[in-house]
Amino acid sequence: MPMTTQTPSATALAKPTRAQHDDLVSAAASAPVLSVRGLSIDFHLRTHVLHAVRDVSFDLFSGQTLCLVGESGSGKSVTARALLRLIDPQAKVSGGSITLQGPDGELRLDTLAPNGREIRAVRGGRIGLIFQEPMSSLSPVHTIGSQIVEALLLHRKMTKAEAKAETVKLLRQVEIANPEQMADRYTFEFSGGMRQRAMIAMALACKPDILIADEPTTALDVTTQAEIMDLIARLQRETGMAMLMITHDLGLVAEVADSVAVMRWGRVVEQGPVDAIFHAPHHPYTRKLLSATLRLDTAAKRTAPATTGQPLLSVRGLCKGFGTTNWRGQQTFAIKAVDDVSLDLWPGENLGIVGESGSGKTTLGRMLLRIIEPSNGSILWQGNGQAAEVTKMQRPELAQYRSAVRLVFQDPFASLNPRMTVKQVIADPLIVAGALKGAALEARVGDLLELVGLERSAMERYPHAFSGGQRQRIGIARALALDPRVIIADEATSALDVSIRAQVLDLLLDLQKRLDLSFVFIAHDISVVRYFCDRVVVMHKGRIVETGPAEQICTRPAEPYTQSLISAVPNPDPRNRRMLHRTRFGA
Amino acid sequence: MWVYVVKRIFLMIPTLFGISLISFFIIQLPPGDYLTSLLASMSDSGQTIDPAEIARMRATYGLDDPMVVQYFKWISGIVLRGDFGYSFEWGRPVSDLIWDRMGSTLSISLAALVFVWAVSLPIGIYSAVHRHSVGDHVATFFGFLGLAIPNFILALTLMYVSYKYFGQSVGGLFSPEYIGADWTWGRVWDLFMHLWIPIVVIGTSGTAALIRILRANLTDELSKPYVVTARAKGLSEFNVVMRYPVRIALNPFVSAIGWVLPNLISGVTITAIVLNLPTAGPLLLRALVSQDMYLAGSFILLMGVLTLIGMLISDVLLALLDPRIRFT
Amino acid sequence: MTHLDYPSTALPDDGPHGSEERGPAISPLRPGMDPGKIAVSSQWTLIWQKFFSNKVAVAAGVVVLFFYFIGLFAEFLAPTSPSLAQPRFTYAPPQSLSFFVTDADGGWTWQPHVKGYTTTVDPASLRRAFAIDENSVIPVGFFVEGTPYRFWGLIEMKTHLFGPLDPSQPMNLLGTDSLGRDLLSRLIHGTRISMSIGLIGVVSSLVIGVVLGALSGYFGGWTDLVIQRIIEVISAMPTIPLWLGLAAAVPIVWSPITVYFVVTLIVSLLAWTGLAREVRGRFLALRGEDFVTAAILDGSGRARVIFRHILPLLTSHILAVVTLAIPTMIVAETALSFLGIGLKAPVVSWGVLLQDAQNIRTVATAPWLLIWPAGAVVITVLAFNFLGDGMRDAADPYET
Repeated sequence: MPMTTQTPSATALAKPTRAQHDDLVSAAASAPVLSVRGLSIDFHLRTHVLHAVRDVSFDLFSGQTLCLVGESGSGKSVTARALLRLIDPQAKVSGGSITLQGPDGELRLDTLAPNGREIRAVRGGRIGLIFQEPMSSLSPVHTIGSQIVEALLLHRKMTKAEAKAETVKLLRQVEIANPEQMADRYTFEFSGGMRQRAMIAMALACKPDILIADEPTTALDVTTQAEIMDLIARLQRETGMAMLMITHDLGLVAEVADSVAVMRWGRVVEQGPVDAIFHAPHHPYTRKLLSATLRLDTAAKRTAPATTGQPLLSVRGLCKGFGTTNWRGQQTFAIKAVDDVSLDLWPGENLGIVGESGSGKTTLGRMLLRIIEPSNGSILWQGNGQAAEVTKMQRPELAQYRSAVRLVFQDPFASLNPRMTVKQVIADPLIVAGALKGAALEARVGDLLELVGLERSAMERYPHAFSGGQRQRIGIARALALDPRVIIADEATSALDVSIRAQVLDLLLDLQKRLDLSFVFIAHDISVVRYFCDRVVVMHKGRIVETGPAEQICTRPAEPYTQSLISAVPNPDPRNRRMLHRTRFGA
Repeated sequence: MWVYVVKRIFLMIPTLFGISLISFFIIQLPPGDYLTSLLASMSDSGQTIDPAEIARMRATYGLDDPMVVQYFKWISGIVLRGDFGYSFEWGRPVSDLIWDRMGSTLSISLAALVFVWAVSLPIGIYSAVHRHSVGDHVATFFGFLGLAIPNFILALTLMYVSYKYFGQSVGGLFSPEYIGADWTWGRVWDLFMHLWIPIVVIGTSGTAALIRILRANLTDELSKPYVVTARAKGLSEFNVVMRYPVRIALNPFVSAIGWVLPNLISGVTITAIVLNLPTAGPLLLRALVSQDMYLAGSFILLMGVLTLIGMLISDVLLALLDPRIRFT
Repeated sequence: MTHLDYPSTALPDDGPHGSEERGPAISPLRPGMDPGKIAVSSQWTLIWQKFFSNKVAVAAGVVVLFFYFIGLFAEFLAPTSPSLAQPRFTYAPPQSLSFFVTDADGGWTWQPHVKGYTTTVDPASLRRAFAIDENSVIPVGFFVEGTPYRFWGLIEMKTHLFGPLDPSQPMNLLGTDSLGRDLLSRLIHGTRISMSIGLIGVVSSLVIGVVLGALSGYFGGWTDLVIQRIIEVISAMPTIPLWLGLAAAVPIVWSPITVYFVVTLIVSLLAWTGLAREVRGRFLALRGEDFVTAAILDGSGRARVIFRHILPLLTSHILAVVTLAIPTMIVAETALSFLGIGLKAPVVSWGVLLQDAQNIRTVATAPWLLIWPAGAVVITVLAFNFLGDGMRDAADPYET
C-alpha cells in the first residue's frame, strides 16, 4: 500500500512538544479559533505518492496573523486550502485534525463530508479565502456586485435588496470609489488592485472569524501591495478576525505577522513568534532563507565604476507609442509606453531600471535591442570605439550589435526551445555567426556551461531536465556565447525562489568581474536592484522619474514617486516595520 | 452592443460576395450555357423553337455579355427582384421552386440543432464533471462512433433496421395514407415517426462533436481559480458547476450555431437524398445531374447565406452572453 | 504590537540517523523511467513514448497500416477480379469458410473449403433464391491460380493469396452484388482507391495550405487579408452542396483516372482551410515565444528561425492534424460516389460499392452490400480518429 510507505526520516522527526504548544497558547492568552494538529496530505499521482504536507500543526488566534512561509513546492498553499476541504480530488488527507471553535462548540472540519452542508456553511461564512490571482479568481461573466450578493444570500438571512445595499457598503469599506456604479461592472473593467479589493470584500462579506490569504499581493505592484496590506490590517483591527497568510516573501512576513511557520517540503521546520524567527532562528533552513533575503536588502560590496568618459550606450529622447494608423495613414498614439527616455551606460556598470507594471521598463529594454522598433529618439552604441546609431543599423551591422549586447529573459521555461539540447541552444549563436565548428564548438559550449556553474555533461540534456534556476543559467550561457559587452537582464531573477535568486545574482556579479561586462538590469523588485546595481533609473508611466546611485535612491530618494515606491517595499525586520507608515504618492 | 451588431453585419458583406461568386462560378461551370441546355431538353421532348425567340432570350439573359456583366445581371436580379433565373427542367422560375424546399431544409436543420443541444449539454456536463468515470467512457466511445459514422451510412442503416425489424417505411415525411390528408393527431404522430430518423441522423455527428468540445472546455474551466472562489464562498457543488464554469463553457455552444449549422445543412442535404425528404437536397442533386444550373446555383447560394445568418446570430448571442466580447 | 520574547520551536535539522532531507517526500508506486535517461531523451523520444503508452491509439495505428497494406497488394489479396461477373450467382449470400471435411466413415480431414449453392427460382417473381448446399464442398487453398491480372499494372500474374482450387467454382465469402461480382474482391480493390484518395487528398490539401499560408505569412498585409477572407468564405459554405456542385460539373466523358484525380482535388480544395487555420494559429502563437525572440537575437535569419526553431515544434502537431483530416476526405469521396457524382464504375471505391445499397429493398435482400462497405468506412474513420487523437495528445509531451 502506498499510504504506509514513508521515508524513514518522516516518523523520526520530532513534533513540537506539548509544552511548546502550551507556550504558544498561553502567549496568546486565549483559546485558538482554529487549531490544526498533525495534518498530512498525500497526492496520489500516476507513478508515485507525493507527501505534500506532513504532520503540520498550528493554531490561529483572534486578531492575530500567522504567516506560512516557504518556497515553491513547500506545501503551504495546499495546507491553507485543506482547512476548507478545497483540495484536488487526487489529494487525500491522510492524518491529523482541523478543529474550528465556534459558538456551538468545536467543529472537526476534517471529518465533515467534502461538499456537505456543514463545510459549506463554514466556507465563506466562518472562513473567508482570498487568492493570488485577482484576475482569474473572479468570474469574468458576472458583475462584481452579483458575485458578492451571492455570498451574502448564502450565509446571511437577507432579501436581495438588502444584500445589494450591503454589497455597496462592503465595496465602500474596501475603499472602492463610486461603489454604487462599480457593483454593476465586470471584473475586466477593474484594475488588479481593485479586483483584489473586490475579492476581499467578497471574502469578508459574511464577517468570517478567519481570513485565509493565499499570496494575496504576489501579482500586484509594491505600492498596490502596500495599500492592500493596509486595508487588510485595518479590517482585521476592526473585526478582530484571525488571519492565516501564505507567502514566499519574508519582507511581507516581517511587516504583518504575529507568528510565523516556515515550511519546506511539506513540513513545518520551525515556528514561533515573528521576532524570534527573524532574530533568533534555530533551523538552518530558516537561517538560509533569511540570509538570502537579508543579503538582498543590502548592497553588494563592490565599487561603482567611474561614470565619466565615454559611455557604452547613450540613449536620447527615446519614445514608443502603441496605437493605430488612422485612415490617412497617420500614426495616432493611444498609449505612450516609453516617453522621452534618456540614459547612459558606462563600461563595467550595472544600471538598474526600476518601475511598476506599465512603467515601460520592458519596452525600453526591448527597444535597446530593436526587438521593438522605437518610434522616436536615438540609441548610440560606442562599444567599438566609434559611435554607431542603433536605430539606423542594417542587418549585418545590427547582427554584430546584437552579438555585443545580449538579452537574458524573465521566463526560464519559455526562453529555451524544448526541441533542442542544451548544446544546440548554447551553440546556436556560435553556429549562426560561423565562429566555431566540431570539437572546438563543443569545447566552447562546455567552457560556457562551467562558467555558469553547470557540469559539462549537461550539454547532451534537454531543457526539460533542468530546474528553473538551472535553466536561467543555461540562458545566461547562451547570452555569453558571443563574448558580449553588455547584458540586458529583463526581470531575469523574478521567476525564481529567493534562495535561487541570490545564487543567480551572485553568478552574474562574478561573471561581470571575470568578463568585464556591463548590465542593464530591469526589475520591479527594489531589493534585487539595490543588491546588484550601481546606478538606478526609476520609471513611472513611461517616463524617467529619477536617476541616481543605487544606495541613494534606495535610502534617500528625492522624488515623491520614488519615495512612495521605496517606502512601500516591505522591510524584512519585524522590529522596524516601515510599510504601514509609508509615504504616499497621489498620482 | 448595436455598434457591435452593425459592425458584424458589415463584416459579412465580403463573405456574402464571395459566396455569390462561388455560386455563380458553379452555375457557369458546366460546358454550354443555359439556352443550349434548354434547347437540348426541348428538342428531346420533340419541341422546336423559333430562332428569333432564341435570339430574344439570349438578349434578355445577356448570355453574350462578358462574365462580369452576366454576374451583375444575375446578382442584381436576385437582390432587387428576387429573380433567381429560370429552371428549364421544371419550366418554371427558380423562385417558385426553392422557397418551400429551403423552408423545410431550415426547419429540419433547426430541429436537429435543438436535438444536438438537448443531448450534448447534459452529457457534456456529466462527462466533464465525472471525468474518467464509466459514464464518461461510454459517452466518449459513443461520441467517437457518432463522429465516425457518415450521415448517409447511418441513414441507410437506420432505414434498413426499421424496415427489417419494424416493417416500417421510413422514406419521406409521411406514410402513404397520410400524404395530402388533413392534419389530425394521427398525421402529426406519423410525421413525428418519420422525422425522428432524419433528426437523429443529422444531429449525431454534431452532438458528438459538441460533447467533446463541451467536455474539453468545461474541464479547463473547472480548474480555474474562480471555481475555487465559488466553492470557498460556500456554494453547493451543483451550483458551483452550473452558475460559473457551465455559464462560460456555454460559449462554444452558442458559437456552435455558426459551424454546426453548415454541417447540419450539409447533413440534411445528403440525408434527405437517402431518405427522400422534400428538402432542398434531392432537388439540388437532381438539378445538378440534369445540369439545371440556375436552380442548383440558387440552392447553393441560399444555403451559404443561411449559414452566414446562423453565424451572425451566434455572434450576437455570444456577445449577449459574454460581456468581454460586448465591450471590446 | 508587542514582541513576544519566547523562543521559536524548530525541528531538529538532522533526523536521529543524521540524514538530512534532500527533497520532498515521495513514495514510488511503480518504477518509472530512469530520470537520467529522460534528461537526454529528445522530444521525439518523449513523443513516441507518450504515444506508445496510449494503447488505443497504437491499435488504431495498426488497423490503419493494415488497411494500407491491403490497398497496396489489392490484386494479389483479392481472390478474384473485382469486375468478374457471375451471371449465375447474382445476389448470392456469403459462404462461410470451414477447415475440415467429414469422411464417409465419420472421420475428419483437413481441407479448407466453402459450401456450394443450390439455386431455386421463385416462379412468381422470377428471382433467384440461394441456399447453402451443405453437401457440396468447394475446396479452397492458398496461393492458387485464378483470374489473371497485372500487379500494379506492371507484372502479369495469376497467383492469388487464396481462392478456390478450381477457378470455375464460386467462392464469395462476403456474397455477391447484382451482377454476381465477388464483394470481397471488390471491397479489397475499393480499399486501394478509398485509402489512397485520403492520402493524396491530404497531401494536396497540405500543399495548398502551406503555399497559401506561406504567401499569407510572407507578404502579410493585403495578401494575408484576401487569403483569410477566402478561408472564411469556404468554411462558411456547407460542404456537401458545394462538393456536389463542383463534382457534378465533371464531364462524364473523362477517363476514370482523370475523374479520380479531379474528385480528389475537389475534396481537398475544401478541406485545406481547417488545416491552414490550425497551422497558422500555432505558428503565430509560437512566433511570439521567448525562444524565438532569442533565436532572432542570436542572429538567425528568417528562414533559420522558421525551419530550425519553429517548424520542428510544429511537425508533430501538423502530423496529428493531417491524420485527423484524412478520414474527412475518405468520407467525402464515399459520399460523392454514393450519390453517383463522384467516382463511377468501372472504378471501385467504397462509395461506388455503397451505391448498390441505395435502394432499401436491395439492402433488405442482400444486407451484405451495405454492411461490409459501410463497416470498412466506419472502421477506417474510427481508426484514423483514434490515431490522430493519440498523436495530438502525444504531440506535446510536457502536458499531462
